[in-house]
Amino acid sequence: MVGYLQGLGARSLGMFERLGRGAVFFINILLCIPSVLVRPRLLVAQLHSVGVLSFSLIVVAGLFVGMVLALQGFYTLSDFGAEGMLGVMVAASLVRELGPVVAALLFAGRAGSALTAEIGLMKATEQLSGMEMMAVDPVARIMAPRFLAGLLSMPILATLFSAVGILGGYFIGVGLLGIDEGGYWSQMQAKIDFNQDIMNGLIKSIVFGWVVTWIAVFEGYDAIPTSEGVSRATTRTVVHSAFAVLLLDFILTALMFGDI
Amino acid sequence: MTENKPLIKIRDVHFSRGSKLIFDGVNMDIQRGKVTAIMGPSGTGKTTLLKLIGGQLRPSKGSIEVDGRDVHKLRHAELYKLRKRMGMLFQSGALLTDISVFDNVAYPLREHTKLPETMIRHLVLMKLQAVGLRGARDLMPSELSGGMARRVALARAIALDPMMIMYDEPFTGQDPISMGVLVQLIKVLNDALGLSSIVVSHDVQETCAIADYVYLVSNGKVVDHGSPADLAQSESQWSQQFMQGMADGPVPFHYAAREYASDLLGVNE
Amino acid sequence: MHISRSIEILVGFFVAMGFVAMFFLSMEVSNLGGLNGDEGYEVTASFENIGSLKVRAPVSIAGVKIGRVTAINFDSESFEALVTMQIESKYDQLPSDSSASILTAGLLGEQYIGLEAGGEDELLQQGSMLELTQSALVLEQIIGQFLFSSDSEDE
Repeated sequence: MVGYLQGLGARSLGMFERLGRGAVFFINILLCIPSVLVRPRLLVAQLHSVGVLSFSLIVVAGLFVGMVLALQGFYTLSDFGAEGMLGVMVAASLVRELGPVVAALLFAGRAGSALTAEIGLMKATEQLSGMEMMAVDPVARIMAPRFLAGLLSMPILATLFSAVGILGGYFIGVGLLGIDEGGYWSQMQAKIDFNQDIMNGLIKSIVFGWVVTWIAVFEGYDAIPTSEGVSRATTRTVVHSAFAVLLLDFILTALMFGDI
Repeated sequence: MTENKPLIKIRDVHFSRGSKLIFDGVNMDIQRGKVTAIMGPSGTGKTTLLKLIGGQLRPSKGSIEVDGRDVHKLRHAELYKLRKRMGMLFQSGALLTDISVFDNVAYPLREHTKLPETMIRHLVLMKLQAVGLRGARDLMPSELSGGMARRVALARAIALDPMMIMYDEPFTGQDPISMGVLVQLIKVLNDALGLSSIVVSHDVQETCAIADYVYLVSNGKVVDHGSPADLAQSESQWSQQFMQGMADGPVPFHYAAREYASDLLGVNE
Repeated sequence: MHISRSIEILVGFFVAMGFVAMFFLSMEVSNLGGLNGDEGYEVTASFENIGSLKVRAPVSIAGVKIGRVTAINFDSESFEALVTMQIESKYDQLPSDSSASILTAGLLGEQYIGLEAGGEDELLQQGSMLELTQSALVLEQIIGQFLFSSDSEDE
């Protein structure tokens, strides 16, 4: 019993210690962001590997999620004779929830794991140490540009996901199921509010971008520099990011839409 | 001038990793313009010592002075300034894998100077010429052999014309030819550029061929030191065992264990 | 560190696509496109009961959407609901004696305001008040009336 309690205590202490180091690391990154802004090329290179390379995945996934939403929504809504509301349903689900959340989960799997593996391998092959000994701060040159790229890419990807999904819903709803085209768009425009829905979705995606990239970069930086350590860190990135995204989504949804 | 003062003074350094004591009061003087070798069995923390000198790790006790300044009392910016004058060659080379050989050598120049690109080109080609790899400038690090990667890393380490270079196990895992090339390079660069070199290694032959002074480290302490010739004549049994590579001696062949017979019989304590 | 042109172009394309998607969401999907600015004029109407009419509900005439509800207040003197609606400026030819009723789109749909043109020569303008209004039909009241009338028939 005492041993169990001791184990629990040690684990919680370890967790808090890691959380603390993560927070210090985050502050270090923030302090280094000005040095990234004077070297925009570093940022462009990372926007490519973090954002552009996730582009096709996000677009295809968004299209299919939108089409599935339209199919499923149609069969439910047609029971109430409310097929005209299909556009609203597709758009509201995408813009408020599925766009930011699914895009963030895919982003964690595609870009987050790649970031952790890359940084972990750089650590394992002494590249980070080598930079330090060349009097170059790896946090400023390696971590901060990647963090900033993730923070900027995530809202773009989530917006794309929602937009493509709404188009996918349009193809299924109007093209396949024969809903009135004008109704699809006009009902949507009547119901979706810019501040309430689109802006809140955007805020969600920025928060998710922050948390996923922070976890990914920190896990890489903190990885045990062996092949096993890096593979574990990569797994942790995906699991912790997914968990953090879903938890934060609940909190943000309660704050944003809770009082309606 | 401070010619006869040592470049690096290590005084009573203690360091432990977790509960394991790695250094237990190490004292060393590294002279200017010389090749100093630090040798010892694997796992004695020789690489750790280099990281302590470079300020990447902090000793739990004791001090390390480089060029008259205590490395671990410097502020961040001052430490980085000092590091620009230190070169370090990592065991793996530690080249940045996403840029070419040329860009790797140019990296410290571009980071720390505002030289025009034409001048950087000249400097990089000069450094690559010195290690004999001017023709490999457009290759990516993944296309290099281990020995070539180390030579590129060496070119990068001398890019900023440092006052000293630390070599971390430069000979490990090299074929005889690249080993010979590296041995010669270390010596030639040290003399031609007026550097001070610290070579961490356990390859006795190669290291003794170029070292002016040798420290033998074992179990967290300096066990012997002197010129290679002195050590060859050393009366210390440990030194003899290490220098001649004997299987048994003060460092036993067997890892500490219970008595063989009782172990075989499976007698439990 | 050299970055190839193609990477820069791809990143530029990526960011531009982000802006296009954002533009699409704001203009085509949300109400931002429909309002296009704050042009238009406001008229008010008071109703005995607005049912479940909400701010931002559509205002239409002959089934064509011409504006939306911008505010709903309670008038504590007349004990009626005061509804402010904004009508797009291109629909500025509406007679001042037009009537407003609160209607429901479909059986379960949301409530909206339907205007019906009157015959006056004078036109509605900023600040006009619609005099003729018809309240929302509240389902419970209709059922109540129905039960009440069938009861009285029995007697």
